[in-house]
Amino acid sequence: MTAQTLTIGKALNLGLRKAMEDDAKVVLMGEDIGKLGGVFRITDGLQKDFGEARVVDTPLAEAGILGTAVGLAMRGYRPVCEIQFDGFVFPAYNQIVTQVAKMHARSRGTLPMPIVIRIPFGGGIGAVEHHSESPEAYFAHTAGLKVVAVSNPVDAYWGIQQAIAAPDPIVFLEPKRRYWEKAEVDVDATPDPLFASRVVRGGDDVTVLAYGPMVKTALQAAEAAAEEGRSVEVVDLRTVSPLDLDPVYESVRRTGRCVVVHEAPVTLGLGAEIAARVTETCFHSLEAPVLRVGGYDTPYPPSKLEEEYLPDLDRVLDAVDRAMEF
Amino acid sequence: MTALPETREMVDPVPGAGAPHLPQRTQLVQLLTPEGDRVEHPEYSLEISDEELRGLYRDLALVRRWDVEATALQRQGELGIWASLLGQEAAQIGAGRAMAETDMAFPTYREHGVAWARGVDPLHVISLFRGVDNGGWDPVARGFNLYTVVIGAQTLHATGYAMGVQRDGAEQAVLAFLGDGATSQGEVNEAMIWAASFSAPVVFFCQNNQYAISVPLERQSRVPLYQRAAGFGFPGVRVDGNDVLAVLAVTRQALQAAREGQGPTFIEAFTYRMGAHTTSDDPTRYRLASELEEWKLRDPIARLKAHLSRSSIADAAFFDSVEAEADELAARIRSGTLEMPDPTPTSMFDSVYAEQTPQLAQQRADFVAYRASFEEDGE
Ligand SMILES: Cc1ncc(C[n+]2csc(CCOP(=O)(O)OP(=O)(O)O)c2C)c(N)n1
Ligand SMILES: [Mg+2]
Repeated sequence: MTAQTLTIGKALNLGLRKAMEDDAKVVLMGEDIGKLGGVFRITDGLQKDFGEARVVDTPLAEAGILGTAVGLAMRGYRPVCEIQFDGFVFPAYNQIVTQVAKMHARSRGTLPMPIVIRIPFGGGIGAVEHHSESPEAYFAHTAGLKVVAVSNPVDAYWGIQQAIAAPDPIVFLEPKRRYWEKAEVDVDATPDPLFASRVVRGGDDVTVLAYGPMVKTALQAAEAAAEEGRSVEVVDLRTVSPLDLDPVYESVRRTGRCVVVHEAPVTLGLGAEIAARVTETCFHSLEAPVLRVGGYDTPYPPSKLEEEYLPDLDRVLDAVDRAMEF
Repeated sequence: MTALPETREMVDPVPGAGAPHLPQRTQLVQLLTPEGDRVEHPEYSLEISDEELRGLYRDLALVRRWDVEATALQRQGELGIWASLLGQEAAQIGAGRAMAETDMAFPTYREHGVAWARGVDPLHVISLFRGVDNGGWDPVARGFNLYTVVIGAQTLHATGYAMGVQRDGAEQAVLAFLGDGATSQGEVNEAMIWAASFSAPVVFFCQNNQYAISVPLERQSRVPLYQRAAGFGFPGVRVDGNDVLAVLAVTRQALQAAREGQGPTFIEAFTYRMGAHTTSDDPTRYRLASELEEWKLRDPIARLKAHLSRSSIADAAFFDSVEAEADELAARIRSGTLEMPDPTPTSMFDSVYAEQTPQLAQQRADFVAYRASFEEDGE
């Protein structure tokens, strides 16, 4: 086994490198991803090693990045587009929703769109406006797109390669405040499939679901709950669209209680969809309604208030308590 | 080397593109050379009193000091981030001071010099970078919109505002700020099309500081930016952005033309971002120190100072008094920052809508109750 300790950021960097070595059609595009290596240095060193034709510093135009990615994909390339921050994906939203997402269907399968849209997402870094958004529901709501959110270096390393190799357009969400979190990555291991959720901590009383940056928060909450004698099972959803809920149903049938956690606003967020499905499927096993913990229905606040806005250990525990009290 | 590349400019080829690149003839409006010599320009003259000249110097020196203090505050952890205007003071003060009281500006996130000229309290800008709010001033009252972080979006707002001015038959002009990188955004191009199509009284003021973070201008444009205007159907002019007098003259004229119904102008203020993109950035990764050294010789403040001294418009006592005022300003910014109260947590719910929704009001109440539960627990 060739294990190394990697941060999420470095794991993504190595995963991108591997994908570029494996397939000459892989082209990276984005603002400042070349010489600078991206504002989070995820593409550090790649332009130096693969050249300017494969690691493209684009003009400052997100619609351009995604629109040209469509054309490149039609020519057999596999564009990997970096959006610098979550809040800057919206100039490209039209291309993503009306073109990227629909092309395969409207061409009756003749035009696959193997495009990866990498987006550092979520808050917690003390940034100014538009740098802390969680836009996953917009994309999950769009037929034709797949959406994944990694939470750890192992999934980052494998997930980015799997996403690039996959035939469909994938919004690949990177938990920016966790970029520096470390773990052992065995680059010779057999990875779990991309579109599969995973139980990351076993428990009997409540099932807590999370993805991306909130997985760590959920695990911390489970740890704290254990000290109070509560056994919390944590599922890392990993894939937001399609959802892989069979392991969730299995878990909820045992625990009878379910809490969904995400940074995105609660209203019409992923939690709403998951709550509906869990209720439909596990109704007779439920001891409590499925509860949601998320951002408030406000714009992401100025950074002095982000700790108030973001779900934290206490808010997850509060929901766990409420679920138990039913 | 102090002269700007003036007459013939080779636009660097895009690597690997292999297309021919025609040398471009460019005109750079300059009224003050980098050495501080006053020169005339056939199309742009400037009547300016000694007092006004001293006022411009004061503006430049004070905004630079503000900027230096803010950078220091960020380093000490008091601000989340700071976007420095170092090197762009003349472009911003020239543009800001060219505006009439009733004109309206639409800034990016770097226009602290324009904010200053519009009478915005520096602490109201600092509060944004401290994460307290999104800017503490009243945009319409100040004639200075809130900062816009999403690149280029404000150019359309400026155009629409100008269309409103036009409908009202008002004698006002609108100044839309943007960067060189922003010129690539679709929305910016739409703004220029709208402005031209409706002959809106808006002036696009582009500070070409040579970079969009790490990406040099060559990636955004293969012609000098001011030449883009011709394609949209309005005049474009390149001004020495480190020459506050030229910027003032050119911007005044463009704003006046807009007020008189002659429609938009595109001004390219040719300048240089002497600092990092923001305090999060590391420019050593993408540009040579020698480039900065070259631009230091064209420093916008040094050149006005040279002119004022040499022409005996200002003496040592004047410069000392500005220095003292800058010290006071820096001290006020520092103490004001340290004393700035954090926003109240419930404030995030309070101005989402003009009419609060029952659902959000309930969420706010739940939030208050949730927070109170910790106090009851004695935590
Ligand atoms: C739509 C959008 N995309 C990306 C960004 C991230 N970003 C912030 S500043 C910047 C570069 C802007 O360059 P320029 O327009 O030249 O202005 P400057 O910062 O040089 O003043 C980028 C890419 C953003 N703020 N908005
Ligand atoms: Mg720039």
